[in-house]
Amino acid sequence: MPEAPAGTLYRGREGMWTWVAHRVTGFLIFFFLLVHVLDTSLVRVDPEAYNAVIGTYKNPIMGLGEAGLVAAIVFHALNGVRVMLVDFWSKGTRYQRQLLWGVIVVFVILMAGFLPVQLGHIFGGE
Amino acid sequence: MATTSPTLAAPRSPRRSGRGTTRGNLELYGWVFMRVSGALLIVLVFTHLFMNLVVGDGVKAIDFGFVAGKWADPVWQVWDLLILWLAMIHGTNGMRTIINDYATRTGTRLTLTGLLYLAFTVIVVLGTLVIFTFDPCPPGAPADVLASFCTAG
Repeated sequence: MPEAPAGTLYRGREGMWTWVAHRVTGFLIFFFLLVHVLDTSLVRVDPEAYNAVIGTYKNPIMGLGEAGLVAAIVFHALNGVRVMLVDFWSKGTRYQRQLLWGVIVVFVILMAGFLPVQLGHIFGGE
Repeated sequence: MATTSPTLAAPRSPRRSGRGTTRGNLELYGWVFMRVSGALLIVLVFTHLFMNLVVGDGVKAIDFGFVAGKWADPVWQVWDLLILWLAMIHGTNGMRTIINDYATRTGTRLTLTGLLYLAFTVIVVLGTLVIFTFDPCPPGAPADVLASFCTAG
């Protein structure tokens, strides 16, 4: 029987930390969504104002931020599939730890495909 | 002896306290919505990211003309509208859960939830209006920022 630290119900390990990561990524994505709707709304105000603001998304620092955003979305999406399997697949709870490893493997594959493309776009020549 | 024995409800029978018995199934519908919208958003958002960040020059290609070209097609208008509504309801419900977990004082919880619903309303109304009132070729705009189909012919 693994010992839980005194005074807490949290059990640690894959299940809890995945839950924490799902919550943190969801929180961050929500605030990006608010900003993203606001910046896109500038197309309705003035084309040049929109181009000026969207231009800031193209500098290297923001480009790395976009890579982080995509990583957060990909993790949240894949872990969402894991949550649905735990909920609806009869063996989901038994294999929830293995499902996390599945999430990590698919995450690494997708990010290995995306990151070189994104870095090429933001650091590549005009 | 038998006449004095109290009547006990059978185990697991629904509680009938007279208050709070008809809470409804709103939380159940919210739970189902998180899963249905989440599954749809995987397809909608992954396609959105692929079209805008991967294809061609990625983020470097995004400007007014790019948006005008996409929203000239009703398919992408509806696509983005679906993302807007599903993601905002999904995200707002998630934020509501987080607020309910950590904001233990009633005043704090009601204030944060009120701000959340205000943000939801503003963003959804604004985004919907922008998608449907968008003019890809606004009069008076300089030609070099417009999509090529505005100036052609």
